[in-house]
Amino acid sequence: MTEQPVLELVDLVAGYRTRHGLLGKRGLVRAVDGVNLTVGAGETVCLVGESGCGKSTVARAVVNLLRPVSGEVRFAGRSLAGMDRRELRAMRREVQLVFQDPYASLNPRMTVRELITEAWRIHPGIVPRERWDAEVAELLERVGLNPAHAARYPHQFSGGQRQRICIARALSVRPRLIVCDEAVSALDVSIQAQILALLGKLRDELGVAYLFITHDLGVVRHFADRVAVMHLGKIVETGETEQIYSSPAHPYTQALISAAPSVDDWRDRGDDEIMLRGDVPSPSNPPAGCRFHTRCWKADERCHTDEPALEQRGVGHPVACHYASVDTGLKAETRPR
Amino acid sequence: MSDGALLEVSELAVAFGDLRAVRGVSLTVEKGQTLAIVGESGSGKSITSLAVMGLLPAQAKVVGGGITLDGVSLLDLAPDELRRLRGEELAMIFQDPLSALNPSLTVGYQIAEMFRRRRGASRAAANERAVEAMAEVGIPDAAGRARSYPHEFSGGMRQRIMIAMALALEPRLLIADEPTTALDVTVQAQILRLLRERQRAGLAMIIISHDLGVVARTAQSVIVMYAGQAVESGTVAEVYDAPAHPYTLGLMAASPSARTSRRGIRPIDGNPPDQAALPTGCAFHPRCPFARERCRTETPPLRRLPSGRASACHFAEEVLAHDRTAGA
Ligand SMILES: Nc1ncnc2c1ncn2[C@@H]1O[C@H](COP(=O)(O)OP(=O)(O)OP(=O)(O)O)[C@@H](O)[C@H]1O
Ligand SMILES: Nc1ncnc2c1ncn2[C@@H]1O[C@H](COP(=O)(O)OP(=O)(O)OP(=O)(O)O)[C@@H](O)[C@H]1O
Ligand code: SF4
Ligand SMILES: [Mg+2]
Ligand SMILES: [Mg+2]
Repeated sequence: MTEQPVLELVDLVAGYRTRHGLLGKRGLVRAVDGVNLTVGAGETVCLVGESGCGKSTVARAVVNLLRPVSGEVRFAGRSLAGMDRRELRAMRREVQLVFQDPYASLNPRMTVRELITEAWRIHPGIVPRERWDAEVAELLERVGLNPAHAARYPHQFSGGQRQRICIARALSVRPRLIVCDEAVSALDVSIQAQILALLGKLRDELGVAYLFITHDLGVVRHFADRVAVMHLGKIVETGETEQIYSSPAHPYTQALISAAPSVDDWRDRGDDEIMLRGDVPSPSNPPAGCRFHTRCWKADERCHTDEPALEQRGVGHPVACHYASVDTGLKAETRPR
Repeated sequence: MSDGALLEVSELAVAFGDLRAVRGVSLTVEKGQTLAIVGESGSGKSITSLAVMGLLPAQAKVVGGGITLDGVSLLDLAPDELRRLRGEELAMIFQDPLSALNPSLTVGYQIAEMFRRRRGASRAAANERAVEAMAEVGIPDAAGRARSYPHEFSGGMRQRIMIAMALALEPRLLIADEPTTALDVTVQAQILRLLRERQRAGLAMIIISHDLGVVARTAQSVIVMYAGQAVESGTVAEVYDAPAHPYTLGLMAASPSARTSRRGIRPIDGNPPDQAALPTGCAFHPRCPFARERCRTETPPLRRLPSGRASACHFAEEVLAHDRTAGA
């Protein structure tokens, strides 16, 4: 690859200090435990996985809201840890975060115009003041809002429109990377599709890259160039989107995909999907060996003790499973129920 | 009234003051069958089901129509009779599972209390039945977990406990409002399987969901709501194979699927309607690719189509003939 990736995560470990636990000792929940991930310029990489697996923690580390325990976040080849204040300021411009709840991230007392121009006030030089009105109108138009509504307040918009305001705001600083953390999850299907179409258009027109975080496997399949499947703080499988969906090789990915109900496949009542038994283990006390072994139908002794590395295992893309195989190895009658 | 009808809702209208949240909805649930309600956020799905349960918010009023369970009009029942019915004949799983559990009582106690109060079971017998009910919804070590408090369970477990409570007194009709929306797909799969098993054992259900895939995995028939009205109804097979209303067509095209490679999802243009200022004529017309002049002035009634299904579109025949692969 000749072009410098926008974002590189190198052995990223990040988490939270806790007080409870045995004997009330201070501990560290390693919510993200050794993640490597690259997002190229203009590329869309989706991070998927169950609730609590560490997706938002990755997002927080990327936008510098959370300092990594170890490892590196590199932006355009430069490590965040090594940046001086000026560089950090510039970085804050180039990486934007869009959250699930658009209302919580918009100050209710600011008009749309104020919300969008806020960053221009903080970072003079992005847009000269005499261009503000024209630029606000253009941004609103771009995200499908009426420029005449610039003087309105967030509560005067619907949920989908508020998410558009957040996107307009993120775009106002001309970022190279937008981190979307469940940015479409709370929206109605019809509006979700509008926002995805908008993000796709911005990618094509402006070359924005996305680190797109979601638990919705349908959205991922239609939006991502590449997918990283995360389980309990680690990436267990990664590759081109169609590769992962057509030949998932990690049992966890296989379970996720088989369990996702689909409108296209509606005749499938799901009677032979792979059912995972048991609860998701906690990152404060992860299982030894392969962290998936407590729920895995392929697990044997080795999985209880040896942690499988994320590497090429003859399936065409990296997988972290000792028994990686495109075949689930399940006969219908032995499927876990 | 058809033979196996357990619940009949006819021309139900519910208003919050001047705001008409539900505007003439009719539906039938047959014994042992599942009906799904899908539709845009704010279209009246929850309010319709709360009306059936007799649990409307205080500001809401039923302003028209009827609701009968096995021929008995629920709207005419005295409050204590309705209370008896709830739990015994009718049960509901709410959109937010935490709000329905008491945080300061153990989960086992809360389930056991239902058996004591409703069935006059002794303390010991009630506790035993509570553990059974929890085991039945797949909670491991149910006897031990019965002594845990709601916050000590994961979201998926709490949802299963809600289902255990709803099913405990063996109701004839269960209304499940977005029962899996907050859950991971793996947990969702477990819960949908549980509901399917109960359905096979004779439970009738109404399942509310915005996820057409979830609906397909549980229901036999479906009604599609838009702006307080049913705009389409039919069997799941009929509606999914060939939608007869442009909104349904749009909804299907907008739903991303994990099972098919990039077919491209197509958004529905425009915004959901403002319930306080609905468009004239057909409420969907500002967003509808099929709309003509007539749609702006004339409200299309929900009318039967030859196959027995129904659509509230002036041009339902045209929509039916529309080739979905070609794009709207
Ligand atoms: N502020 C915090 N303090 C302590 N633990 C936390 C904190 N925030 C998150 N965690 C824990 O870290 C783990 C990862 O959380 P994270 O929010 O990254 O998950 P997620 O994958 O984004 O989940 P979801 O899909 O539910 O948003 C979880 O076990 C969570 O309980
Ligand atoms: N307590 C309330 N006071 C006033 N209006 C209400 C209240 N609850 C609901 N409404 C209105 O009634 C209409 C129907 O609401 P309902 O909750 O049935 O929608 P829904 O179809 O269940 O949506 P969702 O998919 O978002 O749950 C909405 O337009 C809503 O604004
Ligand atoms: S009646 Fe008209 S506006 Fe309404 S759905 Fe049919 S074609 Fe569209
Ligand atoms: Mg998160
Ligand atoms: Mg609702």
